[in-house]
Amino acid sequence: MKLYRSHVLVCGGTGCHSSGSAGIIDAFQAELKKHNLEDEIKLVSTGCFGLCAVGPVVVVYPEGAFYSGIKAEDVPRIVEEHLLKGRIVNDLLYHDHAKAEDVVSTLDEVEFYKKQKRMALRNCGVINPEKIEEYIAFDGYKALARVLTEMTPMDVINEIKASGLRGRGGAGFPTGLKWEFARKAPGDKKYVCCNADEGDPGAFMDRSLLEGDPHSILEAMAIAGYAIGSDQGYIYVRAEYPIAVKRLTIAIEQAKELGLLGKNIFGTDFSFDIELRLGAGAFVCGEETALMRSIEGKRGEPTPRPPFPAVKGVFAKPTLLNNVETYANIPQIILNGAEWFSQVGTEKSKGTKVFALGGKINNTGLVEVPMGTTLREIIYDIGGGIPNGKKFKAAQTGGPSGGCIPAEHLDTPIDYDSLAKIGSMMGSGGLIVMDEDNCMVDIARFFLDFTVDESCGKCPPCRIGTKRMLELLDKITSGNGEEGDIEKLEELGNNIKASALCGLGQTAPNPVLSTIMYFRDEYEAHIKEKRCPAGVCRNLLRYVISSDLCRGCGLCTKVCPVSAISGERKAPHIIDPDKCIKCGACAEKCPFHAITKG
Amino acid sequence: MDMIKVTIDGIQVEVPKGTTALEAARVAGINIPTLCYLKGINEIGACRMCLIEVKGARNLQAACVYPVEDGMVIYTNTPKVKAARKANLELILSNHDRNCLTCVRNQKCELQELSAQLGVTDIPYEGQRINYTIDESSPSIVRDPNKCILCRRCVSVCRSVQGIGAIGVVERGFKTVVEPVFDKKLDEVNCIYCGQCITVCPVGALREKSDVERVWDAINDPDRHVVVQTAPAVRVALGEEFGLPIGTRVTGKMVAALRRLGFDKVFDTDFAADLTIMEEGTELLDRLNNGGTLPMITSCSPGWIKYCEHNYPEFIKNLSTCKSPHEMMGALIKSYYAEKNNIDPASIYVVSIMPCTSKKFEARRPELAATGHPDVDAVLTTRELAGMIKEAGIEFNKLPDEAFDPIFGDSTGAGVIFGATGGVMEAALRTVYEIVTGKPLKAVDIKAVRGIEGVKEYEVDLGSVTVRTAVAHGTSNAKKLLEMVKRGEKEYHFIEIMGCPGGCVTGGGQPIVPARERMDKDIKALRAAAIYDEDKNMPVRKSHENPSVKKLYEEFLGSPNSHLAHKLLHTHYTPRSKY
Repeated sequence: MKLYRSHVLVCGGTGCHSSGSAGIIDAFQAELKKHNLEDEIKLVSTGCFGLCAVGPVVVVYPEGAFYSGIKAEDVPRIVEEHLLKGRIVNDLLYHDHAKAEDVVSTLDEVEFYKKQKRMALRNCGVINPEKIEEYIAFDGYKALARVLTEMTPMDVINEIKASGLRGRGGAGFPTGLKWEFARKAPGDKKYVCCNADEGDPGAFMDRSLLEGDPHSILEAMAIAGYAIGSDQGYIYVRAEYPIAVKRLTIAIEQAKELGLLGKNIFGTDFSFDIELRLGAGAFVCGEETALMRSIEGKRGEPTPRPPFPAVKGVFAKPTLLNNVETYANIPQIILNGAEWFSQVGTEKSKGTKVFALGGKINNTGLVEVPMGTTLREIIYDIGGGIPNGKKFKAAQTGGPSGGCIPAEHLDTPIDYDSLAKIGSMMGSGGLIVMDEDNCMVDIARFFLDFTVDESCGKCPPCRIGTKRMLELLDKITSGNGEEGDIEKLEELGNNIKASALCGLGQTAPNPVLSTIMYFRDEYEAHIKEKRCPAGVCRNLLRYVISSDLCRGCGLCTKVCPVSAISGERKAPHIIDPDKCIKCGACAEKCPFHAITKG
Repeated sequence: MDMIKVTIDGIQVEVPKGTTALEAARVAGINIPTLCYLKGINEIGACRMCLIEVKGARNLQAACVYPVEDGMVIYTNTPKVKAARKANLELILSNHDRNCLTCVRNQKCELQELSAQLGVTDIPYEGQRINYTIDESSPSIVRDPNKCILCRRCVSVCRSVQGIGAIGVVERGFKTVVEPVFDKKLDEVNCIYCGQCITVCPVGALREKSDVERVWDAINDPDRHVVVQTAPAVRVALGEEFGLPIGTRVTGKMVAALRRLGFDKVFDTDFAADLTIMEEGTELLDRLNNGGTLPMITSCSPGWIKYCEHNYPEFIKNLSTCKSPHEMMGALIKSYYAEKNNIDPASIYVVSIMPCTSKKFEARRPELAATGHPDVDAVLTTRELAGMIKEAGIEFNKLPDEAFDPIFGDSTGAGVIFGATGGVMEAALRTVYEIVTGKPLKAVDIKAVRGIEGVKEYEVDLGSVTVRTAVAHGTSNAKKLLEMVKRGEKEYHFIEIMGCPGGCVTGGGQPIVPARERMDKDIKALRAAAIYDEDKNMPVRKSHENPSVKKLYEEFLGSPNSHLAHKLLHTHYTPRSKY
């Protein structure tokens, strides 16, 4: 095997890809060639490093130099200085918010990574996901080999059960138990499915896993196939994840070539094949029964349970369906043992959880933390806190199905049960941070708008009920709210939760109900005082000119597109609220900060 | 069968394993409200009207699809359940075109009934309503999506029962709508206009295209000679519209009502059915003896014909060239009858009362105008006729029994059984057997071709040849049968196909039976039984023994399949694309 003196890892995840990492790879190739370094330095396009906020990211080993925000123009400098002369290019390195300006950190020292525990993401940002050899070098397919040669299917199931692993798709059903149900269900043909239809706005955990470590999913599905007695797997992945689809396709091909998928794997009697099924972007297809209907080629709509998938799933056969992140944990549990896994986490929630951090937070990106980590640690220690010194208001977990968690619960240890207790849910891992500038009624409206759009239309509570809730929120945010509207929202919301056909409908009211629970005063301000405390809801917005601060320069009258501002020169001006369209141009332009939202 | 015990509202019942909570509750004497549920056809738990509380379950469950388990404890009437059902109903109503007074289903609407039952007094969730264009493109069926509550019974019956899928669920969320593919209209797709969708619709979202006003206009026009004929299946279902039990025969009252409505003559399509047997029987023997295309397939059902034209154009040559009976009748009224009574055929207006919506389309086929005028001018469904009788204030149940007018009102038992699946086959065999063998048929009832099994087979020994026959009803059964024939797995001489499941008795123009009644009544069997009763009570039960049919041949047509018979009574077909 060839030895390289240095490795250059360039993030090829979707985030860095869209900020130009492909061009960086090209630039490195050209530069390495130019300097005849191709035999000395290995260039690797990896999966996601997690710190998407500062992408594109380049890491150079053995030093662990963590370059961030790299452009193709920076590449010649890195090659000439760092790779040729051995001098790290300090000004291109990532700088921690938490540290002094002149302190330079290597990857290991970055605060963002310190409290993380990368179990599911272990290979992301480390290996080239398009090379099966790299996965194998990191113990890949070793778990499958062990399972097929040393363990019985029940051994496998018992190991998973003992690990305490619960479904990472959001509901947290014990994975081992699910496998056992699927194993025990009578049937001549069984299917193993992977739910890669990640659809929560702002969530990209599964995408990063598939892009960064596709083989771990294939290996886990084969293990599951052996455990439940199935020879066919389907990965249902959304077509909007082209890089994930491409890498999965490559991975399946490579695994088949090496005999790690297909007939008689490792020379045993066990055969297992995996096919991709591309989703067309309907959020509801992430719901398990809808997903299975879609795999069957039917309209992606939920069907009632029972029968449960373990009994009657894809093509009416017993089916095991797990989420991407759940599968990502499997090979390691087999290799390191259930005990190793269950040491991490809380009493009822074992292992780690990957979150996609977004919203008003400094370190937007992908993080993996042990279960039980508090929200405060994630947001402040890992996420680097709120930008511009703003105040934290709430965190939203679980996407459109979850709820908003206020500051008073920042120290809640994150696990399935504690999040449910405070009116939210773990969900698949979206974590959106909101600061004082966010209007919670508007936030609830945003999420509900999403579910109204994504409802399949099968059952009335979801099809019509969520629409009526949205109409009520529209009414409130546009300043037409009436006494009793909040109660109506609660009543309707609780009814939808109790009576909708599937998980999408049953959880759709959560963002509304949880914001009413914690931020009722904001709703009341909108309704009773016709005021949006955060100054977000346009109809309730009033721009006012402070007569003390206004010098009468007239700049505002010039920028106002609707001539809503008037006043004598050198005398305080006023805004006609009937004419004002609340564009904010005047406030931006005023040199004396005399115009504010009131 | 494994029996299990469940407790429903404190009442313990024993039911077979696999029973749904809805069925188990009925055993306990509790009627759980339903809306989308239609036994055997649409069991999808979508409407959330039948919600129940199951002890230990997290959410409310839909009783119609929830299998009970041994020891299960169920509550059907808790405040939570009642509130949820009512709220869901209020939501449905909030997006429903509630012009009930002008709706075709006023007082016959399952949604209306449910609102009354659940005590809805207010719609607290007013808001935006869907607003789609009403599809009136087809001559048979009108779709009004603004009345649709998306229960999907129509989609299920079209796809699962009929095997067609002309309509489906399109769009999603609040915009969800049931319609044909690619924004097409009903007359641009492979819809066969069977109208099964209408008969399962709980509301007024699907209805026949009404021809009632046209018929009133004709009746009221002094220059028009308006002749009416009634199909066999109408007489065993019309009574339901006047509160009589399913399967009541009202032939005499129906004739009396038609006279009172002002029709100049009241004829019986059964006469033309007998004539069809003569023509079709002769055609079959001709094909058998002279190497014609076999199997020959019946052509009475316009839904089936359209299905064949869209989906199996290769079988068009197998179709009997006989027009459907009411079209034969129309052609004869405008020729023989007109001539005999010295009436200008142009002034004659022929109205067919049919159990069928597809007949409305059939009557407009340009090729069905043997005399230069359309054979039939207007087709009314059984439901439309009932509406006219009600509108005219006729007390139907008090009417005396009256007889059809001669000679096109004279018919046999063979003619009337056309109304049930297997009837055409049975009638044909009664005649063909006697003509070919020259021997009288001992057992007139040929029970092997009766009944509601999807595909029935029967062989009859005619001495020189054993004729293999098959009967299929409902187009998905037709498909099954034709595929077997295509693959060469089966060989037949003669096949009867009816477009609707059960044949004409359960045609798309028949009275609508609400879902609740369908739970324990087999409409197909009940109406068919009435048809066979009618047959049994007829003095003559074989078509070739109908004296008036004989007279018609002697006086006018000559012989079956004669040149004139061909001109008036036979037709041709057109291959059609699916979209």
